[in-house]
Amino acid sequence: MAQLSTSETPIAEHHPAQVHHFDDMAQQKEASTFGMWVFLLTEIMMFGGLFAAYLIYRLKFYDAFVAGSTSISVSWGFANTLILLASSFTMAMGVWAAQNRSRKQQVMWLIFTMILGVAFLGVKAKEYYDKYDECHIPGSFIGKPFNATGGCSIDNPKLGNIAREMQDRARETNEKIEQDGKAQGWDAERIEKSKVEVPSDAFAQQTARQTQIFFSFYFAMTGLHAFHMVIGLGLLTWLALRASKGEFDGRYYTPMELGGLYWHFVDIVWIFLFPLLYLISRHSGAH
Amino acid sequence: MADHATEHAHPTPLFYLFIVATLMALTVATWLIAFVNLGIFNPVVALTIAVIKAVLVILFFMHVYYSSRLTKVTVGAGFFWLLILITLSLLDYLSRNL
Repeated sequence: MAQLSTSETPIAEHHPAQVHHFDDMAQQKEASTFGMWVFLLTEIMMFGGLFAAYLIYRLKFYDAFVAGSTSISVSWGFANTLILLASSFTMAMGVWAAQNRSRKQQVMWLIFTMILGVAFLGVKAKEYYDKYDECHIPGSFIGKPFNATGGCSIDNPKLGNIAREMQDRARETNEKIEQDGKAQGWDAERIEKSKVEVPSDAFAQQTARQTQIFFSFYFAMTGLHAFHMVIGLGLLTWLALRASKGEFDGRYYTPMELGGLYWHFVDIVWIFLFPLLYLISRHSGAH
Repeated sequence: MADHATEHAHPTPLFYLFIVATLMALTVATWLIAFVNLGIFNPVVALTIAVIKAVLVILFFMHVYYSSRLTKVTVGAGFFWLLILITLSLLDYLSRNL
């Protein structure tokens, strides 16, 4: 190599991480960042296809999507959103530390991020177990066959009856309307008119069966997301090993930067999954 | 606040803390609002908050705000195509009464 350059440009001393086809470290980092974003765009389109399909089916089977969404735990989903946002913060701090701080601090922030990532997956596993226990896994390939009309939970046989929960919610809403109406001094006719219709047994059971389509989307989307989290934990482990060797500093931290981009992207997917899956029509029957 | 006097300047830890606090406050807001009956506006509000959160993450945690024009255009193009995918698909399904 050296003898080939007849040298109007003297070979400047360059960073060991710089490869020969880039002019300088800035150009190399720019190319890497561009490449990572192009990869993330393919990821956006993959999740985007799922989101588009989800929205279409939600329009078509709205009652079933409300019933299915109400049967998953909004509290755990909320907690997981906070956990993931916190992990994005620790990841951003990891990238910051890669430029400005010692290898010890870099590894520390990465470990914080991994702990939060594992906590997220732990909560997800608990939620999946609950759905397994209530027989809300679509089809009959995993565990017990799908059954949204109750009686199959080992822990609490009352759980998982989406049909009855729909009717109970309507009755609860009506009781509340009655109480509120009386408190406001409404006459009986106005109270009756304000009440919602309690779904018939046939309608409630049909809707409960249709929640299979909601749960198919729920497991496909959160499952693909969780799979990305697992890959992210692998990346973080690799980054922590490299950081512990002192490979990153203010002049070269591209792997940390790109690992951060991946981790934040996974966070963004969850930012949309949380309202779409957990927060449909919660006001019509909370818990 | 972040100092972006130079092109490659990155935010400070204090600024990251401010961003994550905002993100968490928005999460609490979306969770509380979900229990209030706003009719058709429930999903609108929920998705608006989600978009604001995503933009904050993209601009500051993912450093797009501090990036080159090439990166900004790339990111913009990606979300533009996502918007085409979702709006045109929904327009079709909403208008054909399937």
